[in-house]
Amino acid sequence: MSISVHDVHWSAGGAMIVDGISIEVAPGSTLGLLGPNGSGKSSLLRLICRLRNVKSGVVSLGNTDIAAMSRLDIARRVAFVEQQATTDAQVTVLDVVRLGRTPHRGPLSPWGVADDAAVYAALCHVGMPGRAGQLWHTLSGGERQRVHIARALAQTPSELLLDEPTNHLDIQHQLEILGLVARLPVTSIVALHDLNLAAMFCDSLAVLHRGKVVAAGAPEDILTERLIAEVFGVRAHIERSAYHGRCHVQYRTL
Amino acid sequence: MTLAAAGQPVAAEGRWWSRLALATLALAALAFMISLAVSIGEIPIPLATTAKAVANRIFGASFELSRIHEGIVWDYRLSRALLAASCGAALALSGAILQALLRNPLAEPYVLGISAGASTGAVAVMILGLGYGVLTLSGGAFLGAVLAFVLVSALAAGAGGGADRIILAGVAGSQLFTALTSYIVTTSANAEQARGVMFWLLGSLAGVRWPDVYLAAPVALAGFAVAMFHARALDAFTFGVDAAAALGIAVNRVRTILLGATALMTAAMVSIVGSIGFVGLVIPHAARFVVGPAHGRLLPASALIGALFMVTADIVSRIIVPQQILPIGVVTALFGAPAFAIILYKARRPV
Repeated sequence: MSISVHDVHWSAGGAMIVDGISIEVAPGSTLGLLGPNGSGKSSLLRLICRLRNVKSGVVSLGNTDIAAMSRLDIARRVAFVEQQATTDAQVTVLDVVRLGRTPHRGPLSPWGVADDAAVYAALCHVGMPGRAGQLWHTLSGGERQRVHIARALAQTPSELLLDEPTNHLDIQHQLEILGLVARLPVTSIVALHDLNLAAMFCDSLAVLHRGKVVAAGAPEDILTERLIAEVFGVRAHIERSAYHGRCHVQYRTL
Repeated sequence: MTLAAAGQPVAAEGRWWSRLALATLALAALAFMISLAVSIGEIPIPLATTAKAVANRIFGASFELSRIHEGIVWDYRLSRALLAASCGAALALSGAILQALLRNPLAEPYVLGISAGASTGAVAVMILGLGYGVLTLSGGAFLGAVLAFVLVSALAAGAGGGADRIILAGVAGSQLFTALTSYIVTTSANAEQARGVMFWLLGSLAGVRWPDVYLAAPVALAGFAVAMFHARALDAFTFGVDAAAALGIAVNRVRTILLGATALMTAAMVSIVGSIGFVGLVIPHAARFVVGPAHGRLLPASALIGALFMVTADIVSRIIVPQQILPIGVVTALFGAPAFAIILYKARRPV
């Protein structure tokens, strides 16, 4: 397995936020993380790249427990895209994407050909090679998100974690970004709110509720009307779309 | 710095020789400003005489010079100018580091309560006579600065340790030590002492000698080396602490080292020359307008501009009012603020 999480617990301020979660993600596949606000999606992502330390349980990359890895070794392997991270600094798109090379460079080693190649490839992946000189604060929300993803790709990760990457984006950019993530040859975990988009783009889904996994598997196996009622508290009708063949969730008014 | 659509590699590091030329030019300007600072004063000394006096001392040359001129150049003015340069560089560097680390454009070297602590320490020695004659004014100021920093750090760590907590703890610490200073001055000082304290608090290069330079210059150079070693880590803080950690930066270690380095630099400078304001806050912003936000360029630029600015401010403080030397802190703010206003205006964002 590329990423495996085994019986992980994590609490903050006396509340159990992540309460015994176990998931496995196969190399190259995309896992969608679903669940209502506060169900522990963001916390789980932070635990997987060790921005927070687990209280108990084991997170492994490949066969290595991340508790035994250095901060740098994790960053060379796992890239993380936060929700809405921004800055007041007068940085350009290129400056931000180049940050992705940080874990691959020593404090004094010069910028190399491999760094150039990784940055250029990352910019091409998100369709922004012509925008390298543009200032961060002139970018729209969707463009910023794409730049963050390019920065993550410049890290040349084998695992990519994204925390609600489609938040605040218009539908075109939502489809574009999720399509990009699904096509990438890396293992990805994406926290998402939109069940239909999750069903369209993810190979498998894990549904979180109050810090526990309540369902995991292929979208068509686990997205049921009963589950949606229990976890999200809404009534829904689910059918196989005649148009794209994936699950299609339709909501009923309460 | 644009990418060609044809697939050109990213050529953004800049041509090395242009950067080298710029650095050489700035160093030459600094050297020239220092020689000016040595030459200008109540007794004007020609630049040639200055050069000869320095050559006599450093290279063992034997130019014929009056002993008075040589004494003024070597014993009084050169040490003073070099100290001004070290001080300006260290304060500007500290400001640049803290602004990046705390992600706050208003962060400056005194944000951690260091100058307030130093003034309390200085006043305790100067007015209360603490230290029984063993402790000098500078020694007292240094101890006060370190004590304040330790207290503020402990409070910040106890409160959770985020950037905003550090700033809030610094505000609390500064207020406390400023109040202590005022308390001591109002209850124990006579008018003469109060005036002396006032002068010290505003920053003054009067009475600076070589031993002060031997302390300040290595501190500034060491601080610069530590900062440059962490330049890329500072870049990684652009999007916050979590983003830096996700890029493989050992956030806590880097923060401890850099906060410690700025605290030591600032405490050393404050204890020698008093709390000179404005430099640490504004010079990094000015440098950012010149070379951009990347710390590999910003840190050396801040140090150089800070040094240049401080040496110039020292010259101005000695010549602007005849027969009197203004506190340098007054000059840095009086002339720095309008200059910065111009920079701000020129760099205004198109709306």
